[in-house]
Amino acid sequence: MASLNVNGKSHQVDVEPDTPLLYVLRDNLGLHGPKFGCGLAQCGSCTVLIDGKAVRSCVHPLSKVGPGKVVTLEGLGTPQKPSPVQQAFIDEQAAQCGYCINGMVMQATAFLAGRKNSPSDPEIRQALQNNLCRCGTHQRIIAAVKRAATLMGKGA
Amino acid sequence: MATLETTRRDFLLGTGALVVTFSLAPRDALAQAATPKPVALDQVDSFLALHRDGTVTMYTGKVDLGTGIRIALPQMVAEELDVAIEKVKLVEGDTALTPDQGPTWGSLSVQVAGVQLRQAAATARKALIELAVQKTGMPSVDFAVKDGVVFLRAEPHRRFTYVELLGDRRFELKVDKDAPVKNPKDHTLVGQPLPRPDVPGKVTGTHTYMQDFKVPGMVHARVVRPPAVGATLESVDEGSIKAIKGARVVRQGSFLAVVADSEWGAVKAARALKATWSKWDGLPESSKLWEHVRSSKVAKDDVAVDRGDPKAAIAGAARKLKATYDFAVHTHGSMGPSCAVADVKNGKAEIWSPSQAPHWLLKEVAAALQMEPKDVHIQYLDGAGCYGRNGHEDATCDAALISKLIGKPVRVQWMREDEHGWDPKGPPTLVEISAGLDAKGDIVGWDAELWVPKADITEWPRTLAVTLAGLPQKDAINPGNIHRNLDPSYPFAHQKAVAHRLETTPFRPSWIRTPGRMQNTYANEVFIDECAAAAGADPVEYRLRYLTDPRGVAVLRAAAAMAKWDARPSPRRETSGPIARGRGIAYVKYENVRTYCAGVAEVEVNRQTGAIRCTRFYVAHDCGQIINPDGVRAQIEGQIIQTTSRTLKEELKWNRSRVTSVDWASYPILKFPDVPEVHMELINRPGDPPWGVGEPAACLPPPAISNAVFDAIGVRLRSVPFTAPKVMAAARAATKA
Repeated sequence: MASLNVNGKSHQVDVEPDTPLLYVLRDNLGLHGPKFGCGLAQCGSCTVLIDGKAVRSCVHPLSKVGPGKVVTLEGLGTPQKPSPVQQAFIDEQAAQCGYCINGMVMQATAFLAGRKNSPSDPEIRQALQNNLCRCGTHQRIIAAVKRAATLMGKGA
Repeated sequence: MATLETTRRDFLLGTGALVVTFSLAPRDALAQAATPKPVALDQVDSFLALHRDGTVTMYTGKVDLGTGIRIALPQMVAEELDVAIEKVKLVEGDTALTPDQGPTWGSLSVQVAGVQLRQAAATARKALIELAVQKTGMPSVDFAVKDGVVFLRAEPHRRFTYVELLGDRRFELKVDKDAPVKNPKDHTLVGQPLPRPDVPGKVTGTHTYMQDFKVPGMVHARVVRPPAVGATLESVDEGSIKAIKGARVVRQGSFLAVVADSEWGAVKAARALKATWSKWDGLPESSKLWEHVRSSKVAKDDVAVDRGDPKAAIAGAARKLKATYDFAVHTHGSMGPSCAVADVKNGKAEIWSPSQAPHWLLKEVAAALQMEPKDVHIQYLDGAGCYGRNGHEDATCDAALISKLIGKPVRVQWMREDEHGWDPKGPPTLVEISAGLDAKGDIVGWDAELWVPKADITEWPRTLAVTLAGLPQKDAINPGNIHRNLDPSYPFAHQKAVAHRLETTPFRPSWIRTPGRMQNTYANEVFIDECAAAAGADPVEYRLRYLTDPRGVAVLRAAAAMAKWDARPSPRRETSGPIARGRGIAYVKYENVRTYCAGVAEVEVNRQTGAIRCTRFYVAHDCGQIINPDGVRAQIEGQIIQTTSRTLKEELKWNRSRVTSVDWASYPILKFPDVPEVHMELINRPGDPPWGVGEPAACLPPPAISNAVFDAIGVRLRSVPFTAPKVMAAARAATKA
């Protein structure tokens, strides 16, 4: 049995220690926000936060999580009470198929948490450069990150 | 342990992604059970069910692949039926409950399925008024309808809710093609940018995707594909996975898979499994692809247009031009590898699939498993965007076959290398065009040839499970209607365009967004630019010499105006600085019968490296009546960005045995820093029919970018993708010439 802290709760799971965190979250804890996209840390669909940092859970074995505090998309907010980043994605309708959106929201959340000021377009593009989207929702995602910064009261 | 297991019953009761009418009052449920809901295309009840609580369920065989029809189709129905949008529930892609309105392809969901739904709703509205007439003896013209209530205009207190009129009955009516639809002036929902209902769930992790769906007793499977496309399985060492808990091998012929209790167990077993396969190296050399295409056996010729005598016109012309355009093999590149769940037992198959074509897939599965179609039931769940026929149908047949072989419910999840390596591909496409110009530089003859695989257009492409397991199959290939738009969108007096349909193509083909229309428009719109340059004419002015269709002229002028088009011949002939800038235009009337669009690309070309950045893209778009402008915008943005990626970066790689571009490193796509800003102008024509939006604008980036690069550096790019080495090679060739 291994224990881990996810979205503020402790969980005991009985899995092989080399199991990637992604499968533990999705199959053992029923948290479907993080998605399996490549299993190679190339696309970002599986992104979660561990102690506030964006981590690719598809290549992050459970044994490496230790006491780290894991936050998934579900831990940020709900449809009724979304986080500012989630609210901004809803306002901008920044999802088509939506499969990559977990990664976009999580990466943007980590990015904005570390900033005082509202980011510029090039800064947002840079921050999300290793998150892939196939539907071509990029323009709305950039707008959503900007809007989130405003919702969070970031200065200009 | 908090697993999220959903039973079929729970699913039908609405805990899944869809809400189905079985969750309504028991009386309705009993009535439904007594006689199955009709699904025939000519019956109102196939499309609509009214309930006692004032809600309406609408049924469509189309599915929302991320395109926004989950709001657009309800807008059309709620508008015509005069009910609040919140009262409308949508059931998509359940083969038992929805009418077969064809696969979700070809930019036809609103244009065809939406119009069918609208007409069913108009018929229903007319019938409800008729019921009020029967109750009151007043003439139908005296009645109005609002918010699910029929009332007398002069005495609004004399009112009947739909439930009061219809009770628990069904309509039992044929769809009346003459039932009056609303005057667009009275539209309150159609034309509004209503938000999509699935976005909040998608951004908070509560939306149920196919990949999230589980059934009790389900095992996890991974497929093990051959190391070469045509290799056959010789032996399997089952002992090689015995250390993995619960893992076992599933095999039929050369179809090989592993199942395990846990997902990670299945992944590890697939990696550890030792098997021997025959050698196979039947793919053409990638460096000789185009020679291979040209020498492939022609099954037949399709003539797209044949008017006047172009050969004679070109022969007698003052100036002759000829160019060849090739377009690489592309993968769909879905962000989430394909996934499906199947439970095959007691002669029945219960299947959950993200397929774009559940009704079509039902027949495929039935044929593969040698079952009666009535014994197969497929329910659609959202997968990652597919943009055509990707691996979803293959993964579904994989799951069905494995479940049949082991007698348990099975979830198949493809890995990244399965999706990139084994989804059916957009075939290699080659177009050659000749033209003759008169002394003024005007086009007097146009003669085009296209080399593409044949299409058994009513057949489904064979799935991997069928081929590998040696299951019954028809000998068919189907890459879609890829000859369309080979005829240019300009009415030249002498023109011919012929598609040579080839017997074979190196990779199992299917359709990828804007199949053929993209490649053909690329060739046509670069070639007309070449003619304009030869004539020393401005590319917009030159097109306007030939374009007579006023809606075409309108989008072309609008795109140019938006981009502040600098009217002059290309190239720009500015040679200073490391970065060259240029602009290029392209125009298309989709399939030459519907949606009009024009686009301007602005590019920067690095003279030293050949690297291209498309910085901005302007689109003017006329799809007739707009149902949801925000949905139209999202689709256009997506098409421009996705196709800019395909144009600049994407290219399948392979050796003689197999595809070698099996991840995002070997098959790179456009990333955030290189994504163009997309600006657009939508021309709304509320009084016209609504046309498709999901494909037409994707025709624009390949030619507009090629033309912009020519404007920037005077070099023609005739081979997609426009990678930096190809740009440098084309520049060297241009200097030599």
